[in-house]
Amino acid sequence: MRGRAVLTGEHFMHGDHACTEGAIAAGCRFFAGYPITPSTEIAERIAQRLPEVGGVFIQMEDEIASILAIIGASAAGARAMSATSGPGFSLMMENIGLAVMMEIPIVIVDVQRGSPSTGLPTLPGQADVMQARWGSHGDYAIAAYAPWSPQEMFDLTVLAFNVADRFRIPVMVMSDEVVGHMVERVVIPPEEQIPRWERKRPTVPPENGFRPFLAEDDDLVPPLVHAGEGYRVHFTGLTHDERGYPDMSAETHHRLVTRLVEKVRRNADAMVRYEGYGLEDARIVVISYGCTARSARRAVAQARAAGIPAGLLRLISLWPFPEKPLRDLARQAEAFIVAEMNLGQMICEVERYVAQPVIGVNHAGGAMIPPAPILETIEEVANRGAHIGRRKASTG
Amino acid sequence: MAHTLVAEKHPLDDLIRTDRMPHIWCPGCGIGIVMRCYAQAILESGIPVEQHVIVSGIGCAARTPGYMNLDSYHTTHGRPIPFATGLKLVKPELMVTVFSGDGDLAAIGGNHLIHAARRNVDIKVICINNFNYGMTGGQVGPTTPLGAKTTTTPYGNPEYPFNLPYLLAAAGAVFVSRWTAIHARQVKEDILYTFHKPGFTFIEVLAPCPVGFGKSNNLDEGVEEMWLYRRRCVPAGRVPEETPWEALQVDLREERPIVVGRFVDEDRPVYRPVRLEDKPSEHRG
Amino acid sequence: MKVYARQPVDLHRMRVPRGQVYLIPERCKGCRMCVDFCPQQVLQVSTARNSKGYHYPEVAPGKEDACVNCQFCMLMCPEFAIFSVEVDSL
Repeated sequence: MRGRAVLTGEHFMHGDHACTEGAIAAGCRFFAGYPITPSTEIAERIAQRLPEVGGVFIQMEDEIASILAIIGASAAGARAMSATSGPGFSLMMENIGLAVMMEIPIVIVDVQRGSPSTGLPTLPGQADVMQARWGSHGDYAIAAYAPWSPQEMFDLTVLAFNVADRFRIPVMVMSDEVVGHMVERVVIPPEEQIPRWERKRPTVPPENGFRPFLAEDDDLVPPLVHAGEGYRVHFTGLTHDERGYPDMSAETHHRLVTRLVEKVRRNADAMVRYEGYGLEDARIVVISYGCTARSARRAVAQARAAGIPAGLLRLISLWPFPEKPLRDLARQAEAFIVAEMNLGQMICEVERYVAQPVIGVNHAGGAMIPPAPILETIEEVANRGAHIGRRKASTG
Repeated sequence: MAHTLVAEKHPLDDLIRTDRMPHIWCPGCGIGIVMRCYAQAILESGIPVEQHVIVSGIGCAARTPGYMNLDSYHTTHGRPIPFATGLKLVKPELMVTVFSGDGDLAAIGGNHLIHAARRNVDIKVICINNFNYGMTGGQVGPTTPLGAKTTTTPYGNPEYPFNLPYLLAAAGAVFVSRWTAIHARQVKEDILYTFHKPGFTFIEVLAPCPVGFGKSNNLDEGVEEMWLYRRRCVPAGRVPEETPWEALQVDLREERPIVVGRFVDEDRPVYRPVRLEDKPSEHRG
Repeated sequence: MKVYARQPVDLHRMRVPRGQVYLIPERCKGCRMCVDFCPQQVLQVSTARNSKGYHYPEVAPGKEDACVNCQFCMLMCPEFAIFSVEVDSL
């Protein structure tokens, strides 16, 4: 191989590039994508790097072809990824469902931009987060992570591949234009310190009677067979039974779809990630993620300096949603504030778990939400005491 | 022999998921004939069965992977070719065949079809052309002849159809041939030939669809349409040198020649992802 | 054997293969491709039905020795329901 897979050391690295390095360090050896601001730099760098590590890069004719190519590559045994932004992400939706149904692991990076539609190609947004969860049709479950720094573009891409492979699901990295295009310190650990969760593989040789979609372990994950191993397995988007054979009965459908959803719920603890700042004594809890969380953290620090018992719960995994810390905080908090660069999406999820008032600090996108509107909302909530109704404080 | 004898096994049963037979295709449909040709070609290919992979999209013909006892992938509508591309690029030693229908490959999947041909990706495509969307009950498709009746063209198809051999030749496929379901020997021979021909190969097989297309365009049972093939088919040479564009148009409702044969058989570099020899790379900060 | 005006010199060594037709009746869907396209018209649609109610083929009267194992019935069958095997040759 011409280049090293893991560029161990300290770097001053572009967010998109850090994502590429995270993928390659995680063992990604196949990338199929299509140019789209603000994620193109991921493709540009991985086009340079994959050949150096014996991997395959291909620019496909559109984002639909890109996601199909990575599902096919993963079916053949490679860790495979694509990267896009809102418009391309929308084109990929149907086939996120195919990856779910075939239980073939893939990673999709969405460097969000101003949306909907063409929106603001060169400016940030966070309004794809519900699409990441519910964009394809039907009941299903996936995991999605929101990096707030180039370092996390590296770390969460590694995590995404591990979660995808371990649980045979699509995993999204929901970045945004700010995080994707900023340059910051990125520390890449030595190769042996890069965590690697392997795919569960069959332990029996191919003979009839082997049922590739039978989940014998209680993690509900069946062993994954790759193409060319002699198991002659049928993978289909149709509802299928444990043999992988199409089965149109309602019972088989309910059993299969329930397992596909339960597979994520039951293993959520292994997938969920979050961070807390000043939560020990927080009575006003700010919830945020991605680049907005950087402003939220500043606002919380300023509020605490001014004696206001504020704290920040930063969502690192958007999905599965970190409900446990939220339930715990609901025992001590008077109010919650959800700061996000959309008109209120993750706020809906927060409201499911808390009875206290939840106030949104929202902006439709195009510029980072600065600390000021978040701090003002914290102060407002602090001054008005507990009798605050649920009100949306839109920033100017 | 006084009479037929009942058999337990068909000679090709090892390549078939017999526990899923009989298959869903209608009496008189031609898909089963082409599936048998594919199975026979696999048997004679000299390539171990474990190295054959079949990929399809959605539609009647796309149900074939479910019946083939191979590594089989039944993907989404119009998307077998990019799926097959990804799979092939990761495991080039596998023989990857896309087996789908005219609607799946040339309508919703048209963009992928022409780009994979342009790239000359080393995958084999078998396209069953029965001139309509059969699975959903007989709607107009990209190859449905002008004026033909379908459930979505009750007043006659107002659109001009694709000419698949010319489309694939223009897009860059290195092998393009067209046969009908009655040409079972030639179909098997061509599939076998493409197993050993590197690059993007495309075999179009016209097949009866008595229920979806036949009944609304006064073509009778499947077997009658097969007689029609036998009566009308004429062999032809390369495109465009020996076979003019119009000659390759097909309208089963008219008593005119159906031109079949091998239209393209050339060599072009096969799509290879970039490989770097082991030169030290400058450090990337 | 039909008498031809000009006889091939090795006519005596020519052997016409004979075939035995095998059937998997349950798979037949009565499409008649085998019956119609057998070059020797060995087959005809029988009155017998399989469990789905399809009439599967049978050997036509007088055609007991007509099958030459050309296997075209197998080639034409979309259901993998019929094939022939060489028995011996005349």
